[in-house]
Amino acid sequence: MHIPDGFFDGPTSLGAGGAAVAVLAVAARRTRAVLDDRQVPLAAVTAAFVFALQMLNFPVVSGTSGHVLGGALAAVLVGPWLGIVAVAVVVVVQALFADGGLTALGLNVLLISVVPATAGYAVFRALRAVLPDTPPAVVGAAATGAGLSVPLAAAAFTALYAVGGTAPVDLAAVAAAMIGTHVLIGIGEAVITGFVLTAVLASRPDLVHGAAGVIVRGPAAVPAGPVAG
Amino acid sequence: MSAVPARTRDLRFLVACIAVALALAGLVAYHASEEPDGLERVAADHGVDAAAADHALSGSPVADYELRGMGEGRAAVGLAGIAGVLLTLAVAAGVLALLRPGRG
Repeated sequence: MHIPDGFFDGPTSLGAGGAAVAVLAVAARRTRAVLDDRQVPLAAVTAAFVFALQMLNFPVVSGTSGHVLGGALAAVLVGPWLGIVAVAVVVVVQALFADGGLTALGLNVLLISVVPATAGYAVFRALRAVLPDTPPAVVGAAATGAGLSVPLAAAAFTALYAVGGTAPVDLAAVAAAMIGTHVLIGIGEAVITGFVLTAVLASRPDLVHGAAGVIVRGPAAVPAGPVAG
Repeated sequence: MSAVPARTRDLRFLVACIAVALALAGLVAYHASEEPDGLERVAADHGVDAAAADHALSGSPVADYELRGMGEGRAAVGLAGIAGVLLTLAVAAGVLALLRPGRG
């Protein structure tokens, strides 16, 4: 379930919408230069794949399930800006499936696309800076980034709810529950992200934005991917 | 392997990825957990959903990831999933193609 209509008040929903549009505009500008005959289909396929992944709810604790967000995975595959755009498209399409309120579109884009892609990619880059340039390191860094991106998004949700939530709730309790649950869901995200990335690196490492410069099977390095992000 | 043109290799890879996505959405998704997800659970437990409103598109033919008129079984979920994967692919490709330089 994404955020439905009614959870947040008008101003917060509108503000989130404005912020989402602003970020997407920046992302659009940043990716223009790298959108070629390879990146367009790659990013589109990434979006389609994330849509599918988000349908696969897995149990976390009794009575609760979770699903992949996919922002960190998308960012590692096609770069952070294209990753944001790709997952934003997923969120918009999901609204047509009545998953995520129409008035909550901005909020859902921010919390499901922007925050996870940005936070996940930041952690990924930080880890890659200190790890060796090998495929396992890429997978480990991406999985860690993905795993952390989920509770971070949950924390962001709670912070936004403190500002514009419509129901009077015990914020500390909501924060604890949201973050606690999403730490567990993040483990699933990390595992699935690692699995998918391992598969892609095994077949086409040259297509992985986050694997540029990585040593694959001997001294031949992967040619540098597009420079964006 | 080096005799295969780059574009063919790319196409094969992308088609394989789409096939996996379709299989996941079309066949595996039906078996996904039906429990409420983290947000829904916490929202219900802590009263966050007190003011939740019905979705404006709850009448959509694919609302809640079930194809309308096909019940709630494998086919309903599978077909909705396939529709979603293809729709996402098309919308993403369209948006990105529009963003390319020379078209703006």
